[in-house]
Amino acid sequence: MSDLTDLYQEVILDHNKRPRNTGELPQANRTAEGHNPLCGDQLELYLVVAGDRIEQVSFRGQGCAISTASASLMTEAVKGRRLAEVEALFERFHELLTGDPATAGEAPRELGKLAVFAGVREFPIRVKCATLPWHTLKEALGNGSGIATTE
Amino acid sequence: MSGSTVQPMAGDSAQPTSATARAAVAALDVERLRQDFPALSLEVNGRPLAYLDNAASAHKPVAVLAAEERCYREYYSNVHRGVHTLSQRATEAYEAARRRAQRFLGAASEREIVFVRGSTEGINLVAQTLGRQRLGAGDEVLITAMEHHSNIVPWQMVCEQTGARLRVAPIDDRGQLELDEFHRRLSERTRIAAFVHVSNALGTVNPVAEMTRAARAAGAVVLVDGAQAAPHMPIDVTELGCDFYVFSSHKAFGPTGVGVLYGRLEHLEAMPPYQGGGEMIRSVTFERSQYAPPPFKFEAGTPNIAGAIGLAAALDYLGGIDAVAMARHERALLDYATEAVGQIPGVRLIGTAEQRAAVLSFVVDGVHAHDVGTVLDRDGIALRVGHHCAQPVMRRFGVPATARASFAFYNLRDEVDRLAAGILKVQQVFAG
Repeated sequence: MSDLTDLYQEVILDHNKRPRNTGELPQANRTAEGHNPLCGDQLELYLVVAGDRIEQVSFRGQGCAISTASASLMTEAVKGRRLAEVEALFERFHELLTGDPATAGEAPRELGKLAVFAGVREFPIRVKCATLPWHTLKEALGNGSGIATTE
Repeated sequence: MSGSTVQPMAGDSAQPTSATARAAVAALDVERLRQDFPALSLEVNGRPLAYLDNAASAHKPVAVLAAEERCYREYYSNVHRGVHTLSQRATEAYEAARRRAQRFLGAASEREIVFVRGSTEGINLVAQTLGRQRLGAGDEVLITAMEHHSNIVPWQMVCEQTGARLRVAPIDDRGQLELDEFHRRLSERTRIAAFVHVSNALGTVNPVAEMTRAARAAGAVVLVDGAQAAPHMPIDVTELGCDFYVFSSHKAFGPTGVGVLYGRLEHLEAMPPYQGGGEMIRSVTFERSQYAPPPFKFEAGTPNIAGAIGLAAALDYLGGIDAVAMARHERALLDYATEAVGQIPGVRLIGTAEQRAAVLSFVVDGVHAHDVGTVLDRDGIALRVGHHCAQPVMRRFGVPATARASFAFYNLRDEVDRLAAGILKVQQVFAG
């Protein structure tokens, strides 16, 4: 059995309490909404994309500690990155959360701070909390309806 | 103590003061009752399970498990159609279950008892049959602001189909119905009034008898959603005077997938069928079919035979518990929990109605309900977090979600203590 502190790492608690890059970006040229109908989590994501690079990013919304911290850390991780890098990062992140805990090794180095979410895989019901901001990001960058949902 | 002789009851020892002696005799033997529920001795995450999610679904006593198994092992067959012995026995048991449900609800006739999948299906059935018949443009359906989605959406759907309008009686800051506002919304346009007996999100017990009288006096047909009432209090639809009453087996310690719709016979006779199929017909030709009389008209297809039989066993089990002792225990438990949780700084109770049953909804300042749920789960405490299928209630109180502890007669003060300690731990984890 995993410990609560595996899930609620210091970094996660910190970003939950003091989320970075919050609020609306008036100059955003890409936006999307994310919903988790199971728990009512909801966020709006604002991006300024120039060429193939995310220049600015912010979010606002309400959610649990995991989804808030994930949104906050995601904004830090993707700011200034090329879109292809961001996509690869999401793939790594997704693997980190959904991999078999028994065989999972160390988190890949390119994940950086996002590795603090490794503990979430022990709490399958909470995986969607962590991935909601990323699905929303994908929605904002793609040509979808502009609304991401976990269900 | 007076000089008069007080006879201690059998098994009652020492201190023969009359008050304590009576209290001791009447007290619910919770530890003994818990032995009847195998799941209550589970370990979860290395801790004894504290099951505080009864409003979502309750655990089952061995009597229910045994009744279902006996049905499948000893006399199972399809009902109503066979001449062979097993079919007759299964039919007898299924119809006996109907009479048991009739007795539980105090209905005048077993023909007024329709087996459905649960409360949700019961409400949909009424909305799509009587509702479509009765409603037209300009008519109104009156509900309250504390309804479960299952007593909102079916009415919205039939309002869309018929041009009727859904009206909502508001609730106050404690989660109580604003009765004046309810009365004010009743008029000759109110063709149907549908309201919850006990709120699943807030625990509020509505004055359903008074509401029923007023709505019927205005000419409305009344449906009462009893999903949260059936596990906790005696129900008498005749005394209540409602036209329809629904409850689900699984919340009342019976199996999943079955529930009861009570309907006044005059309505059931006049209503068109809900679904077509076998079981619900008298005769079928390609030109037209004649329908069976109620309740069979509303039971198309093979019903949940073993489920109904299990439900009857659950109602027998409930009937074997002293209702007064049970109510007293649940009341004491809720009062204790309200005090223990309500006094924690940084915790806000959502729903503090004077008349409340078995539900304690709360939010912890600065912590999302899902995080509360995860931390408590690590300690083996099972409760519900989320919107409880009552999003309008959440909106009314300005919260996205609450944590909800909900009790049954088998819960213990010790489990409440663990809940309170768990909440302190939640606050610790998220402090700083």
